[in-house]
Order: sequence, then structure tokens, then C-alpha cells
Amino acid sequence: MMNVVGFLFVPLLLAPGVLTLERAEHDYYKYHPMEKISTWMTQMEKDHPDVVTIVDYGKTYENRTISLLRIGLKSEAKKKAIWMDCGIHAREWIAPAFCQYFVRQILQTYKTDAKMEAMMTNMDFYVTPVLNIDGYMYSWKDISTRLWRKNRSPGPSGGCYGTDLNRNFDANWGTVGVSSDCSSNIYCGRGPISEPEAQAVTYFVGSRKEDFLCFLTIHSYGQLLLVPYGHPNFTAPNYEELMNVGKGAAEAIWKVHGKNYTVGTSPDVLYANSGSSRDWARMQDIPLTFTFELRDNGTYGFELPEDQIQPTCEEAYHGALHIITYAHDKTFSGAAAAAAATLWTMLLAVGVSGANLL
Amino acid sequence: MELRGAMVLVVLMGTTWSLSVTTIRPETVSMDAVARPDMAEENTEQTEAAAAEEAEEDVMATGELNPNHYPAQRAAKVVQHYLNTRHGSPYRLFGLKQVHSGNAEDVADSGRKYQLEISVHEIISNTTEKCSAEVYFPRGEKQLPPQVQVSSLVELPKTDVEAKEGELYQEYRTNKTLRTEKRLPDSYGHMDPEMTPFWHLGIVASSFIMLSESTENTLYNVAQVANITQLTTENDQLKFDCHVLLHDMVSQEIPQWKLLFTWSPAEGVKVLQTEKLPHVHECEKHPKTN
Repeated sequence: MMNVVGFLFVPLLLAPGVLTLERAEHDYYKYHPMEKISTWMTQMEKDHPDVVTIVDYGKTYENRTISLLRIGLKSEAKKKAIWMDCGIHAREWIAPAFCQYFVRQILQTYKTDAKMEAMMTNMDFYVTPVLNIDGYMYSWKDISTRLWRKNRSPGPSGGCYGTDLNRNFDANWGTVGVSSDCSSNIYCGRGPISEPEAQAVTYFVGSRKEDFLCFLTIHSYGQLLLVPYGHPNFTAPNYEELMNVGKGAAEAIWKVHGKNYTVGTSPDVLYANSGSSRDWARMQDIPLTFTFELRDNGTYGFELPEDQIQPTCEEAYHGALHIITYAHDKTFSGAAAAAAATLWTMLLAVGVSGANLL
Repeated sequence: MELRGAMVLVVLMGTTWSLSVTTIRPETVSMDAVARPDMAEENTEQTEAAAAEEAEEDVMATGELNPNHYPAQRAAKVVQHYLNTRHGSPYRLFGLKQVHSGNAEDVADSGRKYQLEISVHEIISNTTEKCSAEVYFPRGEKQLPPQVQVSSLVELPKTDVEAKEGELYQEYRTNKTLRTEKRLPDSYGHMDPEMTPFWHLGIVASSFIMLSESTENTLYNVAQVANITQLTTENDQLKFDCHVLLHDMVSQEIPQWKLLFTWSPAEGVKVLQTEKLPHVHECEKHPKTN
């Protein structure tokens, strides 16, 4: 009798809906260790097969694969791109949390929001949830490692570990806001892009730099939106534009939960520095490059309580979206309107000259 | 007639054209770069106009300050630490909310003085208050602590705070003892709500160190109260031993300190002893991790 009942249960359990309910939903408002983030990435690709692709683009010092999610709708036309990376600095746990939230958000939004659908048709989003994987995993190891910042490559002489990846890019490398002492938290490495993690970004983005409209690198803490350059003697050619777009983003952030984010160059609002990924990206002619420093202002610092993940992600999402939308509209709507206007003018000229002939 | 028809056709075509276009290879070079063709080659090259601006900026570090820029912000942070040493308690803790205006001037060769209008945020009651402050950073071979004066800070309503402080004081003077409590907050930003007042006390005590260690080239916050233990006393003060991890935003380092301090509602926090712990080097602790 029991066997018959058992047989009846089996097909019930195998019914698709039931099994989906059994799988635990990814909690976007908790911090996750690297294994869980990797599993989540695989799941995102599975759940959205035509839209999400995992791209492996490098290796960490400890030989782990660095991956991103490429997110976009299929299009015949040549697509432009948006870059977002999180977790260059290991202890800034809110940053990887934001990348996961951002991915979830755009995947939910495009189905019902025509604007997001258009953006995902015209552009691909390249999102790296954790860039400094070795460092991030190290910060999960135990109490004494939680505040680790750098990667995990050994120093030139025995005894010190880690290079500050955000001082290692080939952008005025080693000039200001760095240390040549390997035990320093702002040690810039043996040379520009000496670190495999920085190399991975450099080669991937560098080989496609004409495609990228926007390069966003996510950090914490301080509630800042930083524009290039970190070196006080250099000004970005589109500084005014960067400041205007940044201020628009800060306003969008403020509207969500009333948090103030300050906009400016690093040497103005924080400190001078060199070798940052943002500066390198701007030097590749990627026009809109920003560093996001998320919550808070120092009360909890790097150990931001999990109950602040949701509001932080919500406000940062609106800030990022402002920049991304600007980048998109400048390239697509604007160009299309200009093309239409050109055609109109042309045909009008033909029409007028035609009328004259009549 | 024919021309009008042709124009209508053109308009229709134009509309269709813009709808069907999804991508056109855009101008990636910005207007600024076009205006200054030399910059298109090497966009890190500085124009003369920008150079003049930058030189002006250096001079601007004295005189009227941009309230959002780092010189005013760092000086204002010192005011936060000062307020916490004076008024901080298990139920009162200040954060810097905003800098409204700032002014800096050199004082002979001996140092620099900042005058600031700021808003401070009392974190626990979630109230904001404006105040004026002066911060003097002495210059010299030996690093001396900055001097702070605060004026026009209205006394924040006390009743609630006084009652809670009294309760906590009585509880831990007679009934309970805080055995070592670790990691306030933990890696996830959490702590046992009963321990929150001791996290606040750890921050207040740390403020004495952050105040005395501050210069124009530092920006301190408390990263974590690594542990805090209550010790016995012969007098009517509560006495604590704690180990704190500070974060200096400018160097990005995590200086570690041990502190011995007392607290009572009447006396506030008084620091008895401090000890800076040496920077822990990797080779002493961790081999390469897998």
C-alpha cells in the first residue's frame, strides 16, 4: 500500500513548479561568501539564458577565475557597453552586495519598463560582482582578516602581502597617494598592472574600449561620487560634464532615502591618488567614469549592518541609473535625432531646389 | 501641391528613420576635446587655464574653504571627536552631518587655524544641531594634538539620556559585570542590542585618541571595538579595558589601540591609559592561504 502511495508522490515532486519552490531564493539583503556569489552567477545565467552570459576574463593571484555577467538583449546592430565592477577592495562588502542587487534589478525591470528594454537592446552591461576574489575570501576567513583591503599576492621580499589594486592601474602609476612599502595598505605594486586582477580588467576593457560608454567602480565607505583624475595636476577633458552628471546622480540618490553623496575629484573631496581603475578607464577615452563610495559616513564604516543593504542598494541603483541613462541617451536618442534632422534638411533642400526648377 | 506632398513624405520618412535606428557609431570624443585638439592626443595633458586654476586651488586651502572639500571636512571631523570626548556617553554619540562653511588661516609659523560652521548629528536621538567651531593644528617637529573650541552648541534635550545612563550605571555597578564582549559590531554590522551602549562607550573612549592623533592629513573613524571588558574599581566609576581598531581614511590603515577608561553619568568618560599596538606584519601570522 505504502509503495503505491510512494509511486504517486514521486511524479508530484518531479512536477516543475514544486521543485522551483524548493530552491532557496537568493537573499539580496545579506552578505554572501564567494561560493554563494559564484553559485548565484551560475543561477542567473540559467534563469535568463538569452540575456545573461558568464564571461571568464582572468585569474587572481591564487589562480581563481575572475568572471563577469554580460547582460543584454540580442540585437543585430553593434552594441555599446556599460562596465561595473565591485569588490576591488576586499573589506568593502556592501559593494559586491550592490552588484548583485543591480543585476537583479535590471533583469526585473526590462520586462516591464520600455526604457530599460531599449537600453538593454542598445547596450550590454558587464558586471563583475567580485574583482578581488582572493582578498574577499580572505576577509571572510576570521575576525582578524575582516578589514583586509588588498589582493593576496606576496610582496617583493618575504613578510608582506598584498597590493592595493586601485593603485596598480596604468594611470600616472606610482606618483601620488601611494606607498612603495609592501606592508602599506596603499602599496601600488612592483609596477603598473603588476597584479593579475588589474591585468584582467585592463585587457578585457582595453581590447573593447571603443564600445564602453560608462565605467563605474563600486567601493565603500564615505558617500561620495568621485570623478577623474586622482592626480591633482590633471583635469579630465570633460570635467564639466562629469560633474554635472555626477550631481544629477547625487540628486537621484538623495531622492531615495535622503542621503547626501558628495561629488568631486578625489584630490578635492578625499585625497590625491594615482593608479586607480577609474583614472585608467578615463584615459582609454571612456567618457563617463565614476567611483561610487557607498554608505556610511564612518559610524559603522566597512561593517555596514545588513539592514542597511537594501536602502543603500536602492539609492545607489538610482544614482548608477542616472549616469547610465545619460550615457545611453547621449549616444542613441541624440544620434538618432541628429540623423533624422540631417535627412530632413537634405530632403528639404532637394524639395526646394526641385520647386525652383518647376 | 506636389512639393507639399513631398514634404509630408519626407516627414514620414524621417520619423520612420529615427524609429528604426537603434545604433549609430557616435562621437566618442567630447566637445572639450574637440575644442582643444591637442588634448585629443594625450588627454592627460594640462591646459594653461587648468594650470592656473590648480594653482589657485592651492592658495584656496587658506582663506575661504569649499565646505565639501577635504581640508574643511578633515577639520570638521576633529570637532566631532572633540564633542564626543566632552559629551559622549553610552546614550549620546555625535557624527558629522555637514560642513556649511569654513575658513583657514596660517598662524605665524606655528600652525593653521580653521573656523567652521557645521551641523552635527546626535546619532541615538537622531537630532541635528548647528554649531560653530575653531580647530587649531599646531605645526612642529613633534606632533602635537589639535586644539578645539566649540561655541553656540545648544544643549541637547537630556531627560531621556540621563535616565538611561543612570539605569545602566546602577546595573553594572551593582548587579552585572560586563565580561569580555568581542567584535562590536561583528563582520555583518550586527551586535547584541544590550551591548550597543558599550559599543558607544568604546567609540567615545576612542575619540580621545582620534582627537589627539588628528592632523590635517588624517580622517579617523572607529572601524571596530575588538573587545571591551569591565574591570573592578574601588571608587564609584565604572572601569573598562578595551581594544579598538581605528580607520584612517587618508592612509587607509587600521591603527590598533588599547585603552583603559572610566565612566559615570556625573564624570563622563575619562581615559586613564592608552597604548598603541604595533602594526601586525603578515609573516608573523599568516602563511599563504588556500
